[in-house]
Amino acid sequence: MSTQQAFAAALLDPDSPFPTGLKTWNGSDPARRFAVHRNNVVSSLIDALADAYPVVHELVGEEFFRAMARVYVQCTPPRSPLLVRYGEDFAAFLEGFEPAAGLPYLADVARLEALRVRAYHAADRPALAAQEIAAALATPECLNELVIQLHPALGVLSSPFALVSLWAAHQGELALETVDPWQPEHALVLRNALEVEVMRLPAAGARFIQCLQQGVPLGHAAAQAQSADPSFDLSAQLALLIRTGAITQLHPPLPATQGQPL
Amino acid sequence: MIKIDSPLSDPNSSAPACGASLPARAGLGLKPQHYREILESAVDLGFFEIHAENYMVDGGPFHHYLGLIRQRYPLSLHGVGLSIGAEGPLDEAHLDRLTELIERYSPQAFSEHLAWSSHGGLFLNDLLPVAYDAATLARVCEHIDRVQSRLQRRMLLENPATYLEFARSSMDEASFICEVVRRTGCGLLLDVNNAYVSSINHRRDPYAYIDALPLDAVGEIHLAGFAEDSDGAGARLLIDSHGAPVDDAVWTLYARVLQRIGPTPTLIERDNQVPALQVLLAEARQAERLLMSSRPRPQQASA
Repeated sequence: MSTQQAFAAALLDPDSPFPTGLKTWNGSDPARRFAVHRNNVVSSLIDALADAYPVVHELVGEEFFRAMARVYVQCTPPRSPLLVRYGEDFAAFLEGFEPAAGLPYLADVARLEALRVRAYHAADRPALAAQEIAAALATPECLNELVIQLHPALGVLSSPFALVSLWAAHQGELALETVDPWQPEHALVLRNALEVEVMRLPAAGARFIQCLQQGVPLGHAAAQAQSADPSFDLSAQLALLIRTGAITQLHPPLPATQGQPL
Repeated sequence: MIKIDSPLSDPNSSAPACGASLPARAGLGLKPQHYREILESAVDLGFFEIHAENYMVDGGPFHHYLGLIRQRYPLSLHGVGLSIGAEGPLDEAHLDRLTELIERYSPQAFSEHLAWSSHGGLFLNDLLPVAYDAATLARVCEHIDRVQSRLQRRMLLENPATYLEFARSSMDEASFICEVVRRTGCGLLLDVNNAYVSSINHRRDPYAYIDALPLDAVGEIHLAGFAEDSDGAGARLLIDSHGAPVDDAVWTLYARVLQRIGPTPTLIERDNQVPALQVLLAEARQAERLLMSSRPRPQQASA
């Protein structure tokens, strides 16, 4: 085993044999000094997770979070020096983390926080000017097949739990005791100017925006939303997307696709 | 060995944000919680330094604010993830990302560490020590040659803070660094806190250690705070924590370095328990007082 291989193994696994060939000026046990590195590695990665998942951290408390994150770090060490992406799959880990089973919404709260981090660092795209959007929407014959491109920061999350309310309560926006976590909620995450915002969407609105994200043309996306909830309010959802600068491109249907020979 | 046009050829320049080199003043690490205050109060500071990896993101507030701050201040780009001391090859994708950042922000300096942090596809997020032997020397020089030719600029190599030594080391750290600088033409980022921490941890004389370094290659200085611990025999063990003010012993050593090499761009490093900007600015002013007093006396009055 190479020195660095032995180092790497021993850094992540406290039961792994300690690397040989190390010395200290006073002959003291190098293990104590090696522990500085072990602590640096594990603590800094736990800190990175605590930064990315502040509400998960608050929900379980400092001691529990650090113990839980330590398990994650040891079984899922980073594979890239871009730590900003570290822990993208933390939610999946939480789902299977038995000691946290008493908080069934924890994984979805983590998914919401992962969407917030992603939104914060997502590429910059200018919003399409409102006049351009208005002009396209004023051409009814094209509306059905109009493809709406949304901002890369935008994310939608549907959950059987009241994750938007839970998140808002941890921002001090509403009292935690008024939140019933067992109410399904749908979250819209986007970056408006430089601020990441989290909003609650109606179920049909979430369905609609998810369809647009997948490139489903406007008319078909609206139809799917309407079948989920007949009271779906298309103009309200479009107004929300326009107001938050979430629409970056419109692709009208190509004339060539019309009147193709059968 | 390669010859690269050095962006640090004029370390005494007081050029504005567009200058070719860092000014011989104090700088601070750029922290997101200080972005607005920096811009609103137009703080008087020599330069800012960023950790390259934090800005390897597509867009958003980090690039927005860095763009604005870069228009107003010189910039030092400090890598923490290139793993120059690794046994394996350099991460070419990471070099590409560094190249992109350098093209976007034209920093006045680029620096990395004499350490490793990646192995076998894992990133360990710590600056891990290397043995000072011929094999490591050859590998580190090869990696630095590659970095300098890919980035098309001279890099500064930072001396490490270490806690352990390798039985197989065949030279001391200062000799190793001298040889790297000689072979690759890279510059030295002299971290005075690291020099102090390592010297205490291995019971060496920090003054003798610094005197043995290639001081004419120093392009930037780092100052930081350390934490106190003890080793298995109860001896002092200092931890390079970046979480405390600069220690008096490090200020004293810094003053001595300045007497030797003259005014040199100096960063106050604080990455943990980051205090208010004003607290860091006070430390930067302390560095600037020492920088001023180390300036050579004017030879003649300028007309």
